[in-house]
Amino acid sequence: MQRFVRRGLVIATSLTLLVTSAACSDDGGSGGSGAPVPGVTDTELVVGTHMPLTGPASAGYASIAPATKAYFDYVNASGGVHGRKITYKIMDDGYNPANTQQVVRQLVLQDKVFAVLNGLGTPTHTGVLDFLRSNRVPDLFVASGSRSWDQPEKYPSTFGYNTDYTVEGKILANHIKTNLAGQKVCLLGQDDDFGRDTLAGVEKILGAAGVAAKQTYVTSNTNVAPQIGAFKAAGCQVVVLATVPGFTALSIGTAARLAFKPQWIVSNVGADYNTVAKSLGAAAPLLEGMVGSNYMPMNNDAANPWIQLFTKVNQSHNGGAPFDGNTVYGMSVGYLFVQALLAAGKDLTRESLIAAVETGGFQGPGLAPLRFSETDHSGYGGARLSRVTGGVQSYFGPTYETDEADGPVNEYTVAPATPPTNGIPSTS
Amino acid sequence: MNAPAQVTAAPATTGAGRSTLLRHLGITLVAALLLVAATYGLEPFRNFQLATVAAYLCATAGLTVLTGLNGQLSLGHGALMATGAYTVALTQTRIADTGATSGWLLAVSLLTAVVVTVAVGAVIGLAAARLRGPYLAGLTLAVAVVVPAVAITFDEVLGGEQGLSVPVAPPPLALGPYFPYERWQAWLAGAVTLLTMLLLANLVRSRFGRSVRAVRDDEVAARLAGIHVARTQVLAFVVSAGCAGLGGGLLAVLAQSVSPGAFSLTLSLFLLMAIVIGGLGSLAGAVWGAVLLVALPDLTHSLTELFTLSPSVAQRWEGNLPLAIFGVTLIVVMIAAPGGIQGLLTRIGRALPGRRR
Repeated sequence: MQRFVRRGLVIATSLTLLVTSAACSDDGGSGGSGAPVPGVTDTELVVGTHMPLTGPASAGYASIAPATKAYFDYVNASGGVHGRKITYKIMDDGYNPANTQQVVRQLVLQDKVFAVLNGLGTPTHTGVLDFLRSNRVPDLFVASGSRSWDQPEKYPSTFGYNTDYTVEGKILANHIKTNLAGQKVCLLGQDDDFGRDTLAGVEKILGAAGVAAKQTYVTSNTNVAPQIGAFKAAGCQVVVLATVPGFTALSIGTAARLAFKPQWIVSNVGADYNTVAKSLGAAAPLLEGMVGSNYMPMNNDAANPWIQLFTKVNQSHNGGAPFDGNTVYGMSVGYLFVQALLAAGKDLTRESLIAAVETGGFQGPGLAPLRFSETDHSGYGGARLSRVTGGVQSYFGPTYETDEADGPVNEYTVAPATPPTNGIPSTS
Repeated sequence: MNAPAQVTAAPATTGAGRSTLLRHLGITLVAALLLVAATYGLEPFRNFQLATVAAYLCATAGLTVLTGLNGQLSLGHGALMATGAYTVALTQTRIADTGATSGWLLAVSLLTAVVVTVAVGAVIGLAAARLRGPYLAGLTLAVAVVVPAVAITFDEVLGGEQGLSVPVAPPPLALGPYFPYERWQAWLAGAVTLLTMLLLANLVRSRFGRSVRAVRDDEVAARLAGIHVARTQVLAFVVSAGCAGLGGGLLAVLAQSVSPGAFSLTLSLFLLMAIVIGGLGSLAGAVWGAVLLVALPDLTHSLTELFTLSPSVAQRWEGNLPLAIFGVTLIVVMIAAPGGIQGLLTRIGRALPGRRR
């Protein structure tokens, strides 16, 4: 009994020491506890994100956050925003909702980020909405077009960015209705809100009977032969893909192996030519004639002032990484965030940032309008169609806008803004 | 019919039986006090990690009983954790739908998870008792592999890859309106796990525990001594499965969501590696294993942050480094200290002067 007591004391003492040392060494990187707003000091602003840097969805997406970071570094190099340099913490979640839970908690609780910016993925981000709400963390510009982000009543601090999938589905279906009338249309979608919302949009235009065959895929299974085989058997002539880039490549490659050549119509999520062509390798010519959609300037449009600006930033702050649609997307997110920070004023709080975003009126590189208001937390409200011709992806036709309900698909004729001369937005 | 031996287990030395229980209670009490003290000293995120360690500890302790003490290899404990987690998700959702808001109902969910997992474990255990070595590994591996497929096939109920969200009540108001949520999580998971560990520790020291070890060491000798080998094996599997289900259920409560990605084959392999590195065959080893499961990914992330790597290299490291480090650690531990961390500590303890065994 003596020995047991002594041993117990030894264990208890050592554990207490261990615990206290752990507690002492754990100093969240917010520069002391004097800051009233998490992640904000007079000289620094810490924001974080979760991204699939590895795993099934990492193709293409892995370069988004570095591009955003490069734009922030570019802004930091000329003094930051209101004197604050932006630190961007990028966490890998492997497109696995379970990992997202962990890394977002780490960002919010340990790294004390001011806001979460551009967290990527429908299934991944859905799982952290409640956590972010209960911690009152601004959750800006989610990298997904799910309609879940547009719930101002339920999630007052969450805002979307991408053109929502239903709006996009309507625009894609509108193209089919006017240019490919009478053809048999089929749809392959990811087995979550991404696929479902896109299908809902397509069916709003073509009617429930307008889609002959519907198939779904999951990112954990990289065999889409059964789905593509079903399309071939059903005699599909037009196949709409609501797929991430890796699965766009898989679908088109699998179809080629089955000698099945429909007209591909691809959601902006998986339609970036460079990314998909890289996945396909030598089979990249299969992408000839693919119709996609997008709401950002085309990365190969050297005459566009935004592309000139982003190319410059990519050279100077991103190590000259491959410049594709994901790079443009990432930098445009950074640009919008800087605009929101400027609008929120020098006295930055979480509330003032959210109020600034709700005020809206942002002009940026996007072709379609940004819809932010107090009652609308969705992002871009339109898209323009592109086609791959001779290995070059370029836009054709007008930009369209519509709503996620039963409104018509209209042409959007407002010309996009031009960037400021130094490439950094100023307080208007 | 092989009647179990009628001899009551005579205590080896006078008073040892009583003091075992006392000692276990004492250790549990000390651990509980330490846990509460720790949750006041730690940052919220560390508390969340502490709670996660507790959840994993349920599973690793159960696996230690099965693999370390009974010698049955299981590569499918991740699947049993998933069973528990999904049960909790479904039960909590059902409870929330009825409009009941009592925090005590969480206990109902966790118990349901244990019951369901025990049932599943019994089925696998019955098959496992007829298999040996690689065949058993193969069977349990198949169970682990099937989890994502099940979640996707029955996606109306189980939510496919996106999974389900788990409604969890906030901390009880008795603790005050601003009681930190992560501290509450650590208390909750800690309490459940300490109870589980107490029960397991007593079970391991009981007659059943001795039968379990006898079956591992020599089945023929065990049979000659009147131990029903198959029954012991199935029971060991059931106990282990129940613990895994409880661990999975706790994970679901902590993350407030379940998805198949959390219970991949990797998790099953990690669990096994963790108990081997921690020290096979002792519950203390399971504790080290659970700590490793949470600490290693965190550690690798800090490592990658230390080096300013080019983005592409950092990317590749980020997801794969934990796996690599786990593998390397396993090899090093097996070569240098086959008894794992706990075995190493015991050896050091014995080598210290003035210690008698």
